Amino acid sequence: MKAISEPAIAAAAAVGPFAASRDQLCVLTCGSVDDGKSTLIGRLLLDASLVFDDHVAALSRDSKTHGTVAGDVDPALLVDGLEAEREQGITIDVAYRYFGTPRRRFIVADTPGHKDYTRNMVTGASTSDLAILLVDAEKGLLEQTRRHAFICSLLGIRQFVLAVNKMDLVGFDERRFAEIAESFAQFASRFPACDVAAIPVSALHGDNVVRASARMPWYQGLPLLHYLETVAIDTRPNAMSLRLPVQYVNRPDATFRGYAGTVVSGVLHKGTEIVIPRTGVRTKITRIVTMDGELESASAADAVTVVLADAVDVSRGDIISSTDKPPQRADAFATHLVWMSESPLLPGRNYLLKAGAQTVSAMVTELKYRVDIETFDHLAAKELQLNEIAFVNIATAEPISFDPYDESRETGGFILIDRHSNATVAAGLIRFGLRRAANTYFQSFEVTKEARARLNAQKPALLWFTGLSGAGKSTIADNLERKLHALGKHTFVLDGDNVRHGLNRDLGFTEGDRVENIRRVAEVAKLFVDAGLITLVAFISPFRAEREMARDLVAPGEFIEVFVDTPLAACEQRDPKGLYKKARRGELRNFTGLDSPYEPPLNPELTLDALKESPGDLADRIIDFMQKRGMLS
Amino acid sequence: MTKSALTRPPLPADLHRLEAEAIYIFREVAAEFHKPVLLYSIGKDSSVLLHLARKAFFPSPLPFPLLHIDTTWKFREMIAFRDATAKQLGLDLIVHTNREGLAQGINPFTHGSSFYTHVMKTEALKQALTEHGFDAAFGGARRDEEKSRAKERVFSFRSANHVWDPKNQRPELWHIYNCRIAKGESIRVFPLSNWTELDVWRYIEHEDIPVVPLYFAAPRPVVSRGGGLIVVDDDRMRLEPDERPTARKVRFRTLGCYPLTAAVESDAMTLADIVAEMQAAQTSERAGRLIDHDQSDSMEKKKREGYF
Repeated sequence: MKAISEPAIAAAAAVGPFAASRDQLCVLTCGSVDDGKSTLIGRLLLDASLVFDDHVAALSRDSKTHGTVAGDVDPALLVDGLEAEREQGITIDVAYRYFGTPRRRFIVADTPGHKDYTRNMVTGASTSDLAILLVDAEKGLLEQTRRHAFICSLLGIRQFVLAVNKMDLVGFDERRFAEIAESFAQFASRFPACDVAAIPVSALHGDNVVRASARMPWYQGLPLLHYLETVAIDTRPNAMSLRLPVQYVNRPDATFRGYAGTVVSGVLHKGTEIVIPRTGVRTKITRIVTMDGELESASAADAVTVVLADAVDVSRGDIISSTDKPPQRADAFATHLVWMSESPLLPGRNYLLKAGAQTVSAMVTELKYRVDIETFDHLAAKELQLNEIAFVNIATAEPISFDPYDESRETGGFILIDRHSNATVAAGLIRFGLRRAANTYFQSFEVTKEARARLNAQKPALLWFTGLSGAGKSTIADNLERKLHALGKHTFVLDGDNVRHGLNRDLGFTEGDRVENIRRVAEVAKLFVDAGLITLVAFISPFRAEREMARDLVAPGEFIEVFVDTPLAACEQRDPKGLYKKARRGELRNFTGLDSPYEPPLNPELTLDALKESPGDLADRIIDFMQKRGMLS
Repeated sequence: MTKSALTRPPLPADLHRLEAEAIYIFREVAAEFHKPVLLYSIGKDSSVLLHLARKAFFPSPLPFPLLHIDTTWKFREMIAFRDATAKQLGLDLIVHTNREGLAQGINPFTHGSSFYTHVMKTEALKQALTEHGFDAAFGGARRDEEKSRAKERVFSFRSANHVWDPKNQRPELWHIYNCRIAKGESIRVFPLSNWTELDVWRYIEHEDIPVVPLYFAAPRPVVSRGGGLIVVDDDRMRLEPDERPTARKVRFRTLGCYPLTAAVESDAMTLADIVAEMQAAQTSERAGRLIDHDQSDSMEKKKREGYF
């Protein structure tokens, strides 16, 4: 095991008293499949003697079974953790490695080169200070290399190491190295300003990884580890304006009310004047509390609990900010979006947006263009697929506080969450608030929904009938409306077919159009509810996400989801409009229940069985339900 | 008993960052989940976890209980330390043992380490989480411990059956954690994900955090088994005919069930000694865990089944 005993010399250098100023650098490694990322990290750890003996023993055992290097240890196996990866020989997820020297502690995110796993690379890049971009000296820059460099730049990484690997395979040729370094420099010139250090290495053999290579005397720069130990860490956050996002309101008893959070940028002192952007209220910090005693001041990356001078309205999601340059507030943004889900992005669909401690409803209102990350061309797109990047407009249900991503990653980045699978479906980077939205205020009128409802002597409600085509939604709604009318209630029915003849005449039946169809109906229904009416909506509305969106539009308790649960076979047998027959003949495409999915409600307020009871009886059941809830009093 | 914060030197920048990150994670979970719990295993990582949780919510008491899965085979000193800590800090401590496993007499000697661990730890943990309806559980696992842990998220999603799917993890961007789960599902949260063993000891030393005395070297009765030194903690230990416990100066790098946890020979009697020993260490701490060596991929298998 020559490769292992040799670096024992380097070990002496790596161990020693830690500097009191020891800091941390987060590094991302990326590049194309087979460029040798895992090998490079494995080599870094081995040669800096940062691998424990029992791990080295396991490594030489594994090298015999899975190793791709004849008769030698394969450093990549140290890093490729998961079973499946060892079998397939590729890295499929992001792996974190930790090592340190007396000067600096490193967190290395080893990210996959395989194209399908770009989302994991984006994840690794979001918290990294510097990216090591691996290039195979034989192959030169590949599509993946460019894609990853672009993503790093998009995510705000401004420091790159271009590690030109496998120099042994090109005879340690200086010209080949210079050629690759030059073509990368040309490519990178399209990014915002960044520092690039090109280093020729052989990860497999250890040249210029921890120790300078004797085989490349023409290279005058530092070996990789030494460079990482000495490169300057970005200290911008401390110089910026104060941002302390409130995570948690700490109230042990009536005498103490503290706001807990981690300072994202800037400095605060006892007595600092601050503003809460949501309300515009100004006050002062009176105490900075920690378990180790009160502090006079705190700065970026400090986790603190602050007490304010006045009893102001502050809650989770607020950002305690400097008064000179507070964050912007908007409910519409131009953002870059990296799509991370197998189900495509549909403009108009409702997602949850989480930015720091703020969570709000949001939708993409306009997909401006998709970015071709090979050519940087802007392409037209109606949907966004897994791993695609686009520039979009997003609207949120209420304004949020933010900074442009280029100024602050922590207050300018957000994620989108699917309301049903709860999956994280996108990473977003706010570029700017939209001026139009910033200038469009809600006009408030004196006559409120409550006032209108009082005059009507009723409580407004939204009864949302969902179910397959032919389930009986419209018939039941019709019965219910007649009964409510007889009770003297003011009502209105929005019916799927009727609305498609007018307002939604321009929409078809693709998934995207169905989403938009329901969005418009929900917004119209909300206006009717605001007008004080009991509003009945009878729409197939096949997707849970849109029904949830409709629920969120009205006040809690106003939305009644009525699931008309008629089995497909029964609907098809009834076939009141002959649509199932047409669909079966192939004349209608995207027909719900046949070639387009229906997602039944998980917790509807009412489930009706139209096979067991008549539409009139079912309408009575709904009236019962409304009476019990006090909605008809 | 702890040094006054004022007389303590400030934390080095790297430890300060790790501390702040862990506190942030604690607060995020407390704000977003209904019923979190802190998995308390009494070891050094749990001691650090508890210390950080107290810092996160100071001056309030912890807004969640602690849960200890007691296999009944822990070192006696661990149990004494656990009870003293809970009493001194006024903690809400839940102790859970798999009653059926206990009734069936499942033990590490006759049933083998892997079956024993499955019944008395993994199953017991699932029972307790389900019984109390916890929707988030903090654990002290670190990514540097083991290869499959290196790929686990800070917020690790579990299905209603407590299963981990390593190929379907939620991406974690910046410090934004997706806390949304459906009913019955849960999240395991690892605030110490980015810490190494050395970080843990440096932090314990800086903050003067109490730990179980078993971490410090002392003469203890040991037998040598499968290349490891096993301390005979009580008379339930089944000795082979030729085994005679002898006194050797040993300490533990990791603590678990005493028949399954190997000690190392050491002279480290203070925290400073341990940190120095750690900086020169040439074997990983889990080498002392007999249950990891069943197979090379055994931790990943256990984790998929619901082990912490």
